[in-house]
Amino acid sequence: MTSYPFRRTCKEVASLVVAREDRSLNVTEKLALRTHMFICKACPGFELQVLTMRNAMRQWRNYTGDSDAATPPADKSAK
Amino acid sequence: MSFETEVAALHSYLLRFARLQLRNDAWAEDAVSETMLAAIAKPQAFAGQSQLKTWLVGILKHKVIDALRSNLREVNASDLQGDRESDELDAIGFKADGHFSERPADWGNPDQDLNQKQFMVVMDACVSKLPPVQGRLFLMREWLELDADEVCKELGITATNLYVQLHRARLRLRECLELNWFAQPASITK
Repeated sequence: MTSYPFRRTCKEVASLVVAREDRSLNVTEKLALRTHMFICKACPGFELQVLTMRNAMRQWRNYTGDSDAATPPADKSAK
Repeated sequence: MSFETEVAALHSYLLRFARLQLRNDAWAEDAVSETMLAAIAKPQAFAGQSQLKTWLVGILKHKVIDALRSNLREVNASDLQGDRESDELDAIGFKADGHFSERPADWGNPDQDLNQKQFMVVMDACVSKLPPVQGRLFLMREWLELDADEVCKELGITATNLYVQLHRARLRLRECLELNWFAQPASITK
């Protein structure tokens, strides 16, 4: 395998995918991420999980349903 | 319903968030009480331009930040050991060469509608299970929607420390959500 400066392992790419939720990636990181996604079969699946979490968190943050039902059991006993 | 009654009806909704964020029942009760008092004191400020709930949450966020400011002026440095993020990454399962040991599971459509009670219970539980500092930092980002600079300023921590903690929190949540929701949606409703 040839080595180039923006080559990353899946583990490193997974780390970038998670980091992207909180900070912007620099140009090299973006390039590394995109090129890796293009050749990798596993990492796009991980990226989809993180995007699902992003969507899930938004829905959680904005949840306006029955608040009592959404209280964890631990909180009820503390009352 | 009177304005006061409508505000009072949202007490448990507000308390749920205050508890998750502050992890201290007394602080949470205080923050919620102050929020409700502030709301009842000037109902004219709520011009009906948004949902009452949204408006109250906006007030609560300020009260929560005040509580964090006065109760946790600085995060203990020992809570922020910053160089072991690989632990949580390893939990995903990687081979020595950095490849995934197993293909990440299919969680379904990333845009799926999760607006259901059961999921919110799982999400609350997963957030409560985060270590205290991680949980607070995570909620400051995700629920208070503070940007990184603001969080660092509030808690007197460096950006690097913040990113490491958020990174760990997200990986832990990912694992918790996978175990308790995405991998086996059927078991949740058992």
